[in-house]
Amino acid sequence: MPNTQQLQDLTTQVRRDILRMVHKVNSGHPGGSLGCAEFFVSLYQDIMDRNDTFDMDGIGEDLFFLSNGHISPVYYSVLARSGYFPVDELNTFRLLNSRLQGHPTTHDGLPGVRIASGSLGQGFSVALGAAQSKKLNGDNHLVYSLHGDGELQEGQNWEGIMYAAGNKVDNIISTIDLNGQQIDGSTDVVLPMGNIRAKFEAFGWTVVDIENGNDITAVLEGMAKAKSLTGKGKPVCVLLKTIMGNGVDFMMHTHAWHGKAPNDEQLAEGLAQNAETLGDY
Amino acid sequence: MKTYTNTGSKDTRSGFGAGLTELGQTNENVVALCADLIGSLKMDDFKANHPERFFQVGIAEANMIGLAAGMTIGGKIPFTGTFANFSTGRVYDQIRQSVAYSGKNVKICASHAGLTLGEDGATHQILEDIGLMKMLPEMTVINTCDYNQTKAATIALAKHDGPAYLRFGRPKVPNFTPEDQNFEIGKAVQLTEGTDVTILATGHLVWEALEAAKSLHEKGISAEVINIHTIKPLDDKAILESVAKTGCVVSAEEHNVIGGLGESVARVLSQHKPAPQEFVGTQDTFGESGTSDQLMDKYGLNAKAIINASEKVIKRK
Repeated sequence: MPNTQQLQDLTTQVRRDILRMVHKVNSGHPGGSLGCAEFFVSLYQDIMDRNDTFDMDGIGEDLFFLSNGHISPVYYSVLARSGYFPVDELNTFRLLNSRLQGHPTTHDGLPGVRIASGSLGQGFSVALGAAQSKKLNGDNHLVYSLHGDGELQEGQNWEGIMYAAGNKVDNIISTIDLNGQQIDGSTDVVLPMGNIRAKFEAFGWTVVDIENGNDITAVLEGMAKAKSLTGKGKPVCVLLKTIMGNGVDFMMHTHAWHGKAPNDEQLAEGLAQNAETLGDY
Repeated sequence: MKTYTNTGSKDTRSGFGAGLTELGQTNENVVALCADLIGSLKMDDFKANHPERFFQVGIAEANMIGLAAGMTIGGKIPFTGTFANFSTGRVYDQIRQSVAYSGKNVKICASHAGLTLGEDGATHQILEDIGLMKMLPEMTVINTCDYNQTKAATIALAKHDGPAYLRFGRPKVPNFTPEDQNFEIGKAVQLTEGTDVTILATGHLVWEALEAAKSLHEKGISAEVINIHTIKPLDDKAILESVAKTGCVVSAEEHNVIGGLGESVARVLSQHKPAPQEFVGTQDTFGESGTSDQLMDKYGLNAKAIINASEKVIKRK
């Protein structure tokens, strides 16, 4: 298991990957990707029990589903750097004939991805289905999922959230990226969602807070706690507070970089704030 | 001409239920999901026999489609059940992204399709579902004609790897195809041989087409009736071979003429062998309340309409 410094170094490298990927094609979603770098690195390098080789059914291993598919840059970078496909392939992000589509898909056979996502609000249902499948197969491994906070405005989420508690799907840990931002502005301005914690609790979920989702140690501790709460008859939700654009000062605390790529100068500035650690692709 | 006997009218949805019951016994990977319509979809037996493999999702169709997509991961073969309207239009994006684009082995099983749903009216009578589903890349679309065929198609779908839409209906209709039939997805079934007109029918309209062929025969017109149970992939070869012989075609379906079987047929003909075609279907309209028979008569979806269309299309040759 990598130590905290190694995880930190990988996180920094992932940030560089994200910036370079979206810069190259002048498109993509850096803000949410940067904010979730610590979470993804922790999940893939420490928290999840993963098989060495990828197969769609994922029997005998933990599974992860990304519901807010637009943060594909962080997903792709961490998948590549966790050995699912060559790191060089990050060069093909959003290019014609690439397996690294703008939003993740199984269609082109990219190892590590088990469902297409991007049209929001579908990930809870899919992850819950996979969790039910694990139970039917007598597979004690867990299903993890990640969702945006703005994404919770989609009604299908609440169908899934209701189903999970009603059916005691207790082998799932669903994380909400609470960065408080969405395309048109802060979530409180676009559509105030009130107390998300209270909503999940009212729907019968066990809720774990991670107050600093951009601190590796806090993420590891929070997710370990979440894991300890599975198998007790209730689904588990992690409320992960992150800063959109984290690690690049001019991208932080704003929705402006939700779906915008940096120009040459901005890229240089962003990379300067995240010195190369493991080698660029 | 070859004639067919109704061995006793039954609803096609009961054929689905019987097929699912059999699958429960023969394929342990088959799971079933239902959105609060167990009785209507005839899923009671499967639920009773295999409660651990049956998932009541409540009135939450979007979640049902996503759950089904997720269950395929781990090797399950999910069959979802609700009305055709709620199986397609309501959950189109869920099917598109989580099932079709993701290439998941989900069987979307839809009852109460079309006007024959009856008294509940237009809110529930979808006449656009074939079009919606056939437009999705990699989606198989099947519309069976009677109880026996619906049962056989349900069983066949478990062996077919990939997303599929199975459409059937509410009312009791003649049961006339063989009980022990081998259902081949994508393979049209020629029911009568003829030389003057090809009648390509799907779903409840297949029996009507046979009734029409009998009347036409009495008038000296030789009609070739073909059951197009699979609208996608369409059996182009069977259609072209028949039309090469007859020189004209009537398509018949309980669906909007826009987006339905007829348009798929027209595409094949215009590409390979243009021929006059008449379309029996609803004419870009919503349905309404009424009995099944009243509605099929009012909207021109019966033997009488097929006879008229046949006589008209023959004159256009």
